Amino acid sequence: MPTPDTMILDEARRQMTVCVVCKYCNGYCDVFRAADRRPALSDADLLFLANLCHHCRNCWYACQYRPPHAFAVALPAALARVRVLSWRRFVGLRPSPGGLAGLALAATLLVPLLAVLLVPAETLFATHRGPGAFHAVIPRDAMVWGAALAILGPVGWVAVAMVRFWRAIGADTSGPQVAAAVPLALRDIVTLRNLSGGGAGCNDRDDAASGARRRAHHLVLWGFLLTVAATLAAAGAHHLLGMRAPYPWISAPVLLGTTGGVALLAGVAALAWIKHRADPAPEAPETRTAEWTLLAVLGAAAASGLALLVLRETAAMGMLLALHLGTVLAFFVTLPFGKMMHAPFRALALLRAAIDRQETARPHARPQDP
Amino acid sequence: MPAAIPSDGHGPDILVAGGGLAALCAAIAARRTGASVWLVDAAPDTLRGGNARHGRNLRVAHDGPTAHVPDRYAVTELEADLRRADPGADPQLLHRLAMDSRDVPRWLAAQGVAFQPHAAGALPYSRRTVFLLGGGTAMVNALARTARRLGVRVLHETTVEEVAPGGHAVLRAREGRAEVCARAIVACTGGFQANRPWLRDAFGCAADGFVNRGTPYATGRVLRALLDRGAAPVGHATHAHLVAVDARAPADDGGIVTRADGMAWGLVLDRDGRPVRDATHETGSARYSGWGRRVAACPGGLAHVILDNAGVARLGRRVYAPRTMADTDTLAQTLGVDPARLAATLAREGPAGGPPWHVLSIRPGITFTGLGVRVDPDGRVLDRCGAPVPGLFAAGMIMAPAVLGGRYLSGTALTVCAVFGRRAGEAAARHAHA
Repeated sequence: MPTPDTMILDEARRQMTVCVVCKYCNGYCDVFRAADRRPALSDADLLFLANLCHHCRNCWYACQYRPPHAFAVALPAALARVRVLSWRRFVGLRPSPGGLAGLALAATLLVPLLAVLLVPAETLFATHRGPGAFHAVIPRDAMVWGAALAILGPVGWVAVAMVRFWRAIGADTSGPQVAAAVPLALRDIVTLRNLSGGGAGCNDRDDAASGARRRAHHLVLWGFLLTVAATLAAAGAHHLLGMRAPYPWISAPVLLGTTGGVALLAGVAALAWIKHRADPAPEAPETRTAEWTLLAVLGAAAASGLALLVLRETAAMGMLLALHLGTVLAFFVTLPFGKMMHAPFRALALLRAAIDRQETARPHARPQDP
Repeated sequence: MPAAIPSDGHGPDILVAGGGLAALCAAIAARRTGASVWLVDAAPDTLRGGNARHGRNLRVAHDGPTAHVPDRYAVTELEADLRRADPGADPQLLHRLAMDSRDVPRWLAAQGVAFQPHAAGALPYSRRTVFLLGGGTAMVNALARTARRLGVRVLHETTVEEVAPGGHAVLRAREGRAEVCARAIVACTGGFQANRPWLRDAFGCAADGFVNRGTPYATGRVLRALLDRGAAPVGHATHAHLVAVDARAPADDGGIVTRADGMAWGLVLDRDGRPVRDATHETGSARYSGWGRRVAACPGGLAHVILDNAGVARLGRRVYAPRTMADTDTLAQTLGVDPARLAATLAREGPAGGPPWHVLSIRPGITFTGLGVRVDPDGRVLDRCGAPVPGLFAAGMIMAPAVLGGRYLSGTALTVCAVFGRRAGEAAARHAHA
């Protein structure tokens, strides 16, 4: 009796075999060129290829074998299913889509609830101004220890999953190979080269060429990184400069956080719009809830952070701060179990692909005309 | 009047029959002159594009390297290659094809088609052909989108049943038939490779073993109508582009991946266990069509490629895995041939490394048929006296036998479709405006 995992992998292998023989999509992205080097398509190969896939959907629209053809090649959906399988396998646990959404919602509401229960109403709903105002509502120790627990646990879990994933897809590589390939992989990550469709753009919504999803993802990525930078800048201001939050408008934490928050919110809104309007035919429906959950968590974190900034000198500050911390908590507690796992695993898959590219970059004889 | 067929009193300036590359190019080119255009395709939208869905590259002349093709391939060189492949080719059409091929990548790109940069290194090297990014289906998507954007009226699941001089046509949709009067008709419906009775007429019972590699809508109905209306035939119904395909291939639309290989380093046996030999020992891409003809000549249109372990390793990844037999007796039983004679044949001519034996059964896969209508370089259909039939034009594989009647050179079919589709669309529009 084959397990659901075996069935998902066997189906992806069946479809990818057609791709390896056909080769028409080789110009679109690294997935097909990487598959060309791994015609055996072992389970580990498929886990690697699935995480290398950026889900641009070009191969669906270009496919002469997509349904209703008897070969029924529907690679974006097949690889999306393998991706989810790989995250579950190396993380060791994956809640149901509904459970994941529930966890995110519960974590978001937990902090405001605790604030209402534990912080006296006259403090929580008072107006606080000037340095130390945030900690007047939620004590600094609670915030730091809460953050440490909420962040270190999930991030450690993800790190372990990454090590296990790399053992599956990169055990045959050497340290120097990895070191040489890291700059290439980093460039692929920051440019999202695989969302260029080989120069033609992606099929974001239908078979028309589009660069919208790539641009929106850039906004999300850079917005996210700026908010991380804002957090680090705030920690630096606190520990090195002795400053106390909230920081002035013209300060590194606020400028970075505002820019990042606006970019993140705009990017999330654009991705949600594209996803909402996109032709659902190439999608695996069961993977969609986790994608919406991540967009919701990121959007809520960005929106609540910006609201907190604007309203920080009003009586709403206390609850907004609690809500914002709740969304950040939701991001971290769902980190190993949701769609966010695409980021670390795709980074490793890009690294592995970059190593392969370097290995085969040696000049070779011209094959014959086809 | 069926609901699917517009009934606004009069037909379009140009009615394009077909849905492949020639049809799309003709429709776009005609529409760009301002003519009103209907594109009438028998296939549903999900299977649009004719055999262009399965295409990959176009053979084009060019004077120097471009982003999409390296080195140089002069017009004279392309013309000479085509003439060598088909000494009987129509010289005027050949010259037009070679000359116009130079502008094909630019023109298609202007209609939204993306080509693959050769520097990306993911292609086989070719100075003679440009590769479509994503293949023929991606090209069809781009052209269909452009045609719709320009205002071409696209009717799917609608068959052109009759065409007559002057631009009269009878269309059939699910709801019924309708007569349409266009100013000109451009016939781009290809050959008759999906028409079993016609194939049987042309190829005898060997046709029963044929697998159609492309669209199941290539019935040849418009080709027959044109010939019945006095169009001059070109080529021969008994010619076809055949390649050897896996016997398990789907009856239609198997495309590129069902193509069989391994014949050159295995032993090929016919249904009765007799060796089938290749006196030419071709190793280039010509081997595919050579074996297509050879297996078509086998009894029942069936043959078996017997490989040893080394042969299977050389084969690489296949959509259909070879069947493996532990010993010669099992092989004989599976093939239904005499074990002693099979053992003797294998000992004499078989691959040295077996058993175990690995078997790929193969059939002739038909890509296009070799009978067409004669046209002038602007795609005007000519009658048996060489005079244009008023209002009737043809482009693509329906007229390609005039230039591709011999050995097939890769990438030439799509080029014929693009060049003559555009020419015929423009000429038909001029005719309609005149």
